Amino acid sequence: MKNKKSFAPQEAEARPSRCPDNSAFKQQRLPAWKPQLTIATVLSTFFLTGAFCLSVGICLILSANSVREIQINYSDKCSDCSKLRENSYNWNIECLCSVDFKLKEDMLGDVFMYYGLQNFYQNHRRYVISRSDAQLLGRDVNVQRSYCAPFTTYNNGTPMAPCGAIANSMFNDTIDLFYNFNSSVIQVPLLKTGNSWWTDKNVKFRNPQSHNLSSAFAGTARPPYWQKPVYLLDEEDERNNGYINDDFIIWMRVSAFATFRNLYRRISRKRHFADGLPAGNYTFHISYNFPVTKFKGKKYVILSTMVWSGGSNPFLGIAYVVCGAAATLTGAETEVRVLTGVLP
Amino acid sequence: MSQGAAGGEGAPQVRPEGKERQRKRRRRRRKESKTRLVRSNLLLLPEAEAEKSKRTSLASNRLKTTKYTALSFLPKNLFEQFHRLANVYFVFIALLNFAPAVNAFQPELALAPVLFILAVTAIKDLWEDYSRYLSDKEINHMECLVYSRNEKKYISRYWKEVQVGDFVQLRCNEIIPADILLLSSSDPDGLCHIETANLDGETNLKQRQVVRRFLELDSEFDPLKFTSVIECENPNNDLSRFRGYIIHKNGKKDGLFKENLLLRGCTIRNTEEVAGIVIYAGHETKALLNNNGPRYKRSKLERQMNADVLWCILILLIMCLFSAIGHGLWVWQYGEKKKPVFDVPGPDGKYLSPVLASVYLFLTAIIVFQVMIPISLYVSIEIVKICQVYFIHQDKDLYDEETDSQLQCRALNITEDLGQVQFIFSDKTGTLTENKMVFRRCTVSGIEYSHDDNAKRLAMYQEPDSEEEEAAPKGGNLSQRDSICSHQSIKVVHRSQSTKTHRRTGSRAEAKRASILSKHTAFSSPMEKDITPDPRLLEKVNECAKHLEIMRSHEQPLSHLSPELCDIFDFFIALTICNTVVVTAPNQPRQKVRDRFELKSPVKTIEDFIRRFTPSRLTSGSNSSSSSSLATNKSMHRCGLSVLSSTSTESTLLKLEEKLAYSAQMNNNGYSSQQGRTPVGSGPEEGELRYEAESPDEAALVYAARAYNCSLVGRLSDQVSVELPHLGILNFEVLHTLGFDSIRKRMSVVVRHPLTDEINVYTKGADSVIMDLLLPCSSGDPRGKHQKKIQTKTQNYLNLYAVDGLRTLCIAKRVLSKEEYACWLKSHLEAESSMENREELLFQSALQIEKNLHLLGATGIEDHLQDGVPETIANLRKAGLQIWVLTGDKQETAVNIAYACKLLDHDEEIITLNAESPETCAVLLEQCLQCVESKFSNNTIDEATGNMTIGFTPLYPPSSSVLSSLGLVIDGRTLAYALEPTLEDKFLALAKRCRSVLCCRSTPLQKSMVVKLVRDKLKAMTLAIGDGANDVSMIQVADVGVGISGQEGMQAVMASDFAIPRFRHLEKLLLVHGHWCYSRLANMVLYFFYKNAMFVALLFWYQFYCGFSGSSMVDQWYLIFFNLFFSSLPQLITGVLDKDVPAEMLIAVPQLYKSGQNMEEYQPHMFWMNMIDAMYQSLVCFFIPYFTYYDSEVDIFSWGTPITTIALFTIILHLAIETKTWTFLHWSSCIFSILLFFFVALVYNASCPVCHPPSNPYWTMERLMGDPMFYFTCIISPVVALLPRFLYRTLQGTLFPTQLQLGRQLSKLPPEIRTQLLTKLNVKKESIHQMQPFANSFSPNLVSNSSDCCKVYNQNTLLPTSPKDESLFHEHTKAEHTTDRIVAASPQGALLYGENRLPSEASSQETSVGFHEVTHGTSEMDSLSVGATFPWSPAVDQTDFSLLKWITSTPLFSRFGTVLQVSSSSLQNETQDSMCVLGSSLHEDFKGLKEQSSNNFQDKMKGTPYDNCKSDNSETTFL
Repeated sequence: MKNKKSFAPQEAEARPSRCPDNSAFKQQRLPAWKPQLTIATVLSTFFLTGAFCLSVGICLILSANSVREIQINYSDKCSDCSKLRENSYNWNIECLCSVDFKLKEDMLGDVFMYYGLQNFYQNHRRYVISRSDAQLLGRDVNVQRSYCAPFTTYNNGTPMAPCGAIANSMFNDTIDLFYNFNSSVIQVPLLKTGNSWWTDKNVKFRNPQSHNLSSAFAGTARPPYWQKPVYLLDEEDERNNGYINDDFIIWMRVSAFATFRNLYRRISRKRHFADGLPAGNYTFHISYNFPVTKFKGKKYVILSTMVWSGGSNPFLGIAYVVCGAAATLTGAETEVRVLTGVLP
Repeated sequence: MSQGAAGGEGAPQVRPEGKERQRKRRRRRRKESKTRLVRSNLLLLPEAEAEKSKRTSLASNRLKTTKYTALSFLPKNLFEQFHRLANVYFVFIALLNFAPAVNAFQPELALAPVLFILAVTAIKDLWEDYSRYLSDKEINHMECLVYSRNEKKYISRYWKEVQVGDFVQLRCNEIIPADILLLSSSDPDGLCHIETANLDGETNLKQRQVVRRFLELDSEFDPLKFTSVIECENPNNDLSRFRGYIIHKNGKKDGLFKENLLLRGCTIRNTEEVAGIVIYAGHETKALLNNNGPRYKRSKLERQMNADVLWCILILLIMCLFSAIGHGLWVWQYGEKKKPVFDVPGPDGKYLSPVLASVYLFLTAIIVFQVMIPISLYVSIEIVKICQVYFIHQDKDLYDEETDSQLQCRALNITEDLGQVQFIFSDKTGTLTENKMVFRRCTVSGIEYSHDDNAKRLAMYQEPDSEEEEAAPKGGNLSQRDSICSHQSIKVVHRSQSTKTHRRTGSRAEAKRASILSKHTAFSSPMEKDITPDPRLLEKVNECAKHLEIMRSHEQPLSHLSPELCDIFDFFIALTICNTVVVTAPNQPRQKVRDRFELKSPVKTIEDFIRRFTPSRLTSGSNSSSSSSLATNKSMHRCGLSVLSSTSTESTLLKLEEKLAYSAQMNNNGYSSQQGRTPVGSGPEEGELRYEAESPDEAALVYAARAYNCSLVGRLSDQVSVELPHLGILNFEVLHTLGFDSIRKRMSVVVRHPLTDEINVYTKGADSVIMDLLLPCSSGDPRGKHQKKIQTKTQNYLNLYAVDGLRTLCIAKRVLSKEEYACWLKSHLEAESSMENREELLFQSALQIEKNLHLLGATGIEDHLQDGVPETIANLRKAGLQIWVLTGDKQETAVNIAYACKLLDHDEEIITLNAESPETCAVLLEQCLQCVESKFSNNTIDEATGNMTIGFTPLYPPSSSVLSSLGLVIDGRTLAYALEPTLEDKFLALAKRCRSVLCCRSTPLQKSMVVKLVRDKLKAMTLAIGDGANDVSMIQVADVGVGISGQEGMQAVMASDFAIPRFRHLEKLLLVHGHWCYSRLANMVLYFFYKNAMFVALLFWYQFYCGFSGSSMVDQWYLIFFNLFFSSLPQLITGVLDKDVPAEMLIAVPQLYKSGQNMEEYQPHMFWMNMIDAMYQSLVCFFIPYFTYYDSEVDIFSWGTPITTIALFTIILHLAIETKTWTFLHWSSCIFSILLFFFVALVYNASCPVCHPPSNPYWTMERLMGDPMFYFTCIISPVVALLPRFLYRTLQGTLFPTQLQLGRQLSKLPPEIRTQLLTKLNVKKESIHQMQPFANSFSPNLVSNSSDCCKVYNQNTLLPTSPKDESLFHEHTKAEHTTDRIVAASPQGALLYGENRLPSEASSQETSVGFHEVTHGTSEMDSLSVGATFPWSPAVDQTDFSLLKWITSTPLFSRFGTVLQVSSSSLQNETQDSMCVLGSSLHEDFKGLKEQSSNNFQDKMKGTPYDNCKSDNSETTFL
């Protein structure tokens, strides 16, 4: 409204000029870099990118190629057990299965043993959220109010520990590896712990505070699909029992895809296996509990070494090489055309 | 106190509060009564005291413009924000999250972005409201004097305490607090001057008058005695109208008019003290009712954007539907029995059926994919626009030093429309011109006085500002003769005094401004004031005055004067008094001026005294009373006044007649009182007199008359004092003033002539009307014949003036006999006293008296073009804007101004449409259309262009070549016919083909109709620019309204979206800011769509791998805040600061503006291109990590976080590719965004392992950052994702750059080369006009320049410039092709198109480079000089066509060839008029062609096939 600016005329002279400041910012004259996207200016970019990508790509491929990996589909090989597990009434019937395989060359260095699942949608939205982090942190929480539903309590009100669908569907096969060495069978020593993230083991997962584990979980019940309660997950190692069981922690870290592998054991580098797995014949002894045929899933057991760039997947290296090649070729093509005068 | 209404029952008079309530109240009152009754608050009976106190809180002057109170803010603001559909949508989605079956995120978190957006908006609103509150408070606490009943005097009160019915006293220079009925004034005539600058920006003073009956009060006005009741209209917003009655205690009624009302916000000037009663207070004042806030328009870009938002919604729905169906199928494939463990049953333990699952999933998907609809888009756009407006405000170039005003953006949300304007509709006066009226020449009684000296003087003023302040008046003085010398020098002295103080500050303009401000009078620049008289006329005036004096001293009747001298005398009298100019002395109440000259002329005879009794003061002002008799004198005088002008009865009429008769007797000695006159031009006080006119024309005329020593020295309501040479001061008694109106187009005064005692009517008006009103002169008697001759002569001169672009006014006079006057007076008084249709009756009455006029003469007033108007128009036109001028001026004047400002060119054909009837108009239009069509259908290419022009395609802008030869001039009447629905299409079709359209004599309504027609029918973006009230309707109708905050008041500014101080500012506003705003916003909007689509697509691809379950690998935090925080800043910075082309280039190459007109930056397909690009990029960003981590132990967030990071990198790098200028702000915003992301991610991932259910990305980022794969993935994915776009941009920049890219490249060149190029190109343009002189005089110089330039260039060997030449010129070449007078290949043509042409080719081996530019610079010179020496010979030309035909046979030149063939054939048939000069060079060129054709011709021509044609048309534009 005008009254706001009602200056008496005499004051007008005293009023400072309305002339805007002559500052670079206000006049939009800040010093600026103005790149021009033309062939001439970016040609070098193509070559540089190409060179960089090619070199990185080759490194990646080389390192990925140095990884030794063996992958065995044991849900097919143990088809009897698979069939047995199709019927959930047989849940308490034990089914053992052994799978032989031969290592043609040594697997040197740290060897990791994974179990792999196919078609298991761990990333299903309702599955992913079906957990109670507070409970897993050892707090006494009302699981009814968590996202665990419907795997919260039994009808009688006993809460499940741990609650939720993820925990309930935990992978529960046990796999042992045996080395057939000169007709003797040596069990390959496996490490159960140290497989999970340090923060998971020490921060995210805690057992409830109590003098012993079973009393800590008193008043709770195992999840319906489990065969034994949570405090019996590892009866040998107190520090790997309950919620802080490595297998459990790793399972609780839901995978990104329906086909995934989880670290199961590491080869303990002792005696025969100090350098890794020597070439030879091996046998997996598997206690087959986890049903997969219902959802057309498959189970694998995988032995693999590791390099700095991860596993045996060469994709990234290939991607770099392709990208680098493409960039270099584009650059070269352009250069040629410029030289021949097709392009300015 | 205020009696609201309802028969004085003290109806509710509520304190105004907010508009709603006010409206309600008004509605209520309207029901009750149509008028308002106001009584004095001082008269309250004691018992009503209680009631009064109750009402005190109701009716006050408190201003409240705030929308909210502390309590109502939240609900009200939220309510308002939910009017925006997008907000409702996002709240809906957030609430959806609370439903467990469908929720995707932590519900509280999902609310966060919506709340954030709402909060930002709310804070913005709150801040605005608070500043309103503060200013309200300031205004409310201003003080004024209100009469207090208890203390019996005026005491100081706050404005907010003033109530209706209060008595307020105001002093000089005070601001009026409310609408006040003027009841008393210290001015002896009951006048009060107010300045309405705050209301309408007019700085001239306006007179207000005390209500009649109070004027007659002998004693001082006493509020306590005020018992009358005022009945008036209810509050309304019509500033120019006020009606009511004042009902006195004795039952008598007086009419109240607008002249009695002091409006709130105005300032009292020149009056010591006034008092009045408050009629309307607070929000009911006319000023506040008129104050509607800023306007809200939706810009074109926003409309387009909204359409694309709808597409986004559609895409979203499709994605959701797809996911829902996919999920249904996924669930269904497992069957009823074999539910897998990972398909979690509902909370009740039951599995969902596939159908239900998909329905739920649909809703979940909407939540997950909500980002697709950019939540922050609207807020971002708002922020960006505010910043853009800020920068436009801050632009120094849009600041006008002289008036100390800068650009105002009144509409905040259509900045980008400025970049898309296609049509400019401009007013002429005050917009293109200064609206500084300068008297140029005149004709009196058929003799023209050319005022050559005056013209010279004016030429001095047009010199640039560098001149010293005094130089101009002194320069004007040089040719003065003695008689005015003293007069002039006084003024010079005065001025130098007034500006002395300012000179210290340096700038002349500043001093000018300060002097303007200090004077505070309108229209008084020295240029307008100091007029150099024409010696012949001056002589005649002196002679005339001498005669008069002799006659008076010998008591001869006036008729002894020769008719010519008589006319001259009357002419100047008319100039002096036929106006409403107010004379003031600066900084002094007016009364003193009057006193002074009254004292100057003591009473000498008893006759003088007697004469005071009569209404006709026959003698000069010098006869006034002595100081002792002043009081009586005053009252006498008032008697007379009331007799003459009050709403009187029959008896007064009779009295009047008596008096008239009496005064006739007195007539004999009417000359007798001259002794006391003051000498001419003596005394400094003369220089101090200021003329304050309502229109600049009036002031100009008064100043002109003063130059002839016929100066206006005083104006009272009933008399005008004129000082004449030899005669001294004459007092003309003004009987009536018939004000100017736009229908009559004239004004008149009825005066009693002091010398002859005749009643004269002086009329001044537009020649078209005056000429029709002249007394028909019988050709019989010689006098009549003479008169007839004068009339025709005058008419001729008038036409001449018009040709010179002068505004013409005719001055005429009529002598009324007493009987005629008495008869007319009767009807006039009736009209005046009528309440109902007063205006109508007054109009009729005016018509009656303004007839049978005697022509005195005519004046020509020049309206100066504003600085830089021609250049601005030329540049705007080059920018592809079609400029129409809509003016109320007469055709000739308009056409001439149009020529002056280069709107019309002398070599263009002008179609003039003047029709008397609709039928003729139709026929005319038809004919013109046919004519134009046939002209264009001469060759096919032309036709094509014509069609293209209609479509406004980029390559053929309306202003280019073909149409350049046409201008359309149409007058108001014809326009009215042409705007009929039946004809408008034809009119438009014709107008479209014309380069410029000029509508003269158009009314405001017609103006707006034209704008509307173009806007609606052509679907074009229109801009209307004007400065006066008559432009308001046009400004409102146009898409963009621009007001010039000039001299003619603020109405146009109030109605406008942008207000600029000068017309030339339009150039930068449109070409630079408009372009920037458009391009920034367009790019930002596109980027927004891209960004959101790209991000959402990532989630969508994931659905294929998670059973369409709606889960997302991106953590909810990133998902929700990605748009809001991590990726928003860079785009805001780019949206605000990116400059695709620097300002200088945009101005230098106005053609770049076309990109906005053609919506090149945001075309519908670009949305889809961006969508496709987004899809591609998201595929890359999704699948590279996917395959990298395929069949690995990666968990969902360890995989999703790299994807988020990659997406962020990609999005920012994408922006980086699109960003054209990188300031440190760009850098820092990008870096900040990335750092912020990592910072937030690290903190969030480390903060708490259980805080953010259901997701738990604890320590994910930390772990990822220790993993080399993370970095490798994050590097490769953006590279692959952006490689195509990068390549595309590069290739585009190299192979087929847009105009804008070329402009950018040009701006990258070293400045000296660039300026050289640009000037060269400009020179070239001119060189076509005047080739020969140019070639002769400048060529050597330039040749050397260009060869220098050439060297520089070769060293640089810049690759990019050469394609620019080609395609930039492409457009023009094509355009040029189309001219029907294509001559064929000529070196000039080639040069203009930046071609490396043959003459220089042998020496230049470079195939590349903007070197072209330079070489042809050289070659041009060669050919020019050669062309100058070789006369054009048609024979040579004919032979050379064989060569042309050869050229056309080669396929490379097929296109070129067709053009040449066409042109050659047309050339042969063509008359030679088109090729006078160029032909010679053409000939040269063909020689060159021949020489070269044998060897490397083909090679060299490769890149340049199109460009070898040349039009003779001078409108060749570079780029």
